[in-house]
Amino acid sequence: MKIKRGDIKYVARLARIHLTGEEEELFSAQLNDVFSYMDKLQENDTVGVEPCVHIPSSSNVLRDDVPGQSLSSERALANAPEQSVGFFKVPKIIESNE
Amino acid sequence: MNNICGLSAYQLKELIGKNNIKAVDIASSIVRRHDEVDGRISGFVNFDKDAVIDRALCLDNLADMHDRGLALFKVPVVLKDNICVNGELTTCASGILQGFRPPYDATVAARLKSAGALLLGKSNMDEFAFGSSCETSYYGPTKNPYDLQRIPGGSSGGSAALVASDQTMLALGSDTGGSIRQPAALCGVVGLKPTYGRVSRYGLIAFGSSLDQPGPITKDVRDCAILLNVIAGHDKLDSTSADVPVPDYVQSLSGGVKGMRIGLPKEYFTQGLDSGIKVKIDAAISVYKSLGAIFKQISLPHTEYAVSVYYIIGCSEASSNLARFDGMQYGYRYQSPDGRCGLIEMCMRTRGKALGLEAKRRIILGTYSLSSGYYDAYYLKACKVRALIKSDFDKAFNECDMILTPTTPTPAFKIGEKIKDPLSMYLSDIFTIPSNLAGIPAISLPCGYSENGLPIGMQLMAGHFEEEKLLRAAYSYEQNASWNKVKPVL
Repeated sequence: MKIKRGDIKYVARLARIHLTGEEEELFSAQLNDVFSYMDKLQENDTVGVEPCVHIPSSSNVLRDDVPGQSLSSERALANAPEQSVGFFKVPKIIESNE
Repeated sequence: MNNICGLSAYQLKELIGKNNIKAVDIASSIVRRHDEVDGRISGFVNFDKDAVIDRALCLDNLADMHDRGLALFKVPVVLKDNICVNGELTTCASGILQGFRPPYDATVAARLKSAGALLLGKSNMDEFAFGSSCETSYYGPTKNPYDLQRIPGGSSGGSAALVASDQTMLALGSDTGGSIRQPAALCGVVGLKPTYGRVSRYGLIAFGSSLDQPGPITKDVRDCAILLNVIAGHDKLDSTSADVPVPDYVQSLSGGVKGMRIGLPKEYFTQGLDSGIKVKIDAAISVYKSLGAIFKQISLPHTEYAVSVYYIIGCSEASSNLARFDGMQYGYRYQSPDGRCGLIEMCMRTRGKALGLEAKRRIILGTYSLSSGYYDAYYLKACKVRALIKSDFDKAFNECDMILTPTTPTPAFKIGEKIKDPLSMYLSDIFTIPSNLAGIPAISLPCGYSENGLPIGMQLMAGHFEEEKLLRAAYSYEQNASWNKVKPVL
């Protein structure tokens, strides 16, 4: 399999990262190296093997549904690049080209 | 007072007990040491002298009230820059988190504060812990105290270099694929990655959620046990933290290794292992034999796949965890010159501009592995091979009590040597990655120096929640080898 510059462009869009043309070139070359090394994984016969997604075998951890203390909105907003009347302020969401 | 900085945490505690030294005097010594050496090492990313002195004065005011019994009273500690401390700059050494001050403490930070520790500041790291050399830091690399031309290891390179250069007694790092043990090995100090779930991850900014563990980086094994005692234990705020009783790890140090069965996995002693490292590991094995340990050849047959499994799973988890850095809630936000850029464009430009090259590379790698059409071939396949790697360890621990290996295939490499070749950088973690995949504890401790004076580390791994065994074996060796007394010339 060969990762082309177009694939990188597509994945970068999924990951919401703007890459420069130079970065797209660099990453397609480097990820080709990395993935061809990783293709070794296919040597393993994993028929019937349960995938290990997480180490602890415990089931869900639940807590009682009672109100507790939480951050004040002032503190929660303290790091916001932009805020307005107690909310995070973001640019226009609906774009014509989306 | 001048040599306070050279002490271990245990020795400092003894001295405080005897002479009732003031925290402010300890802080002043640390500040002097920092001024003397950190210009050359760059281990700190945030060290505010006045704040350190103020915190020390607060501890001195507390002293009359309840100084008895606090495990780390007045003992200096450094935290890796991915551990949240309420109100203190926490940036993961990334451009995207410049100026971020968390509104809460990580559980490990809260525990250190309750134990009376003197928090010094934040240590350098690879950006978001993505790296093995500290070179991907937004602030530039930390230097190895044993050779300023070389990397300190990573990603917790700042923490390891600060401990090695006597700028702190204790440090916390985090370990996703070796990020505590590899820098500890390359800087000649002790580093422990606890069992997954042993130490709370609450407030540790996530990289690979199924792999990350915070842990101690210290001058010797006893200090490692002292620090683990403070940070280990169940935490309701981390649903993956284990509700397993915490023993007294300092108590576990004595007892020796007589009759202990130690496995030597043949896959770790093949091509690629530096001959100088091989010699030192063989010498360590001889020490253990003389102490009554029994050695056994074992096999961990899926070792060669560990790096691939790790980079697929780690990057997949990272691509999801780092989605939160989008310019909306904290950190850097891209401003378009005309002020008319919409939400998605803002998000893409923010991430494109403020994330470093390695962070972007890993997010792309992870997103690719998870994307439709590749999920089965990469992510799912990696999770299945991870299960095989884990079962290799389960089988091995039927035959032996612990496993001994080198921590790294080579000593510290030169700054710039591997940064342009991601694959060769990734392969430098080959011996440390498997224990993260299996969730088992592992410790690295110094076992000698190369011909040109670079530290060499040995790694011990044991079964889940068997940190006591690791600490006991490490302590036995250290008592006989005394590498912890060697210091870099600065």
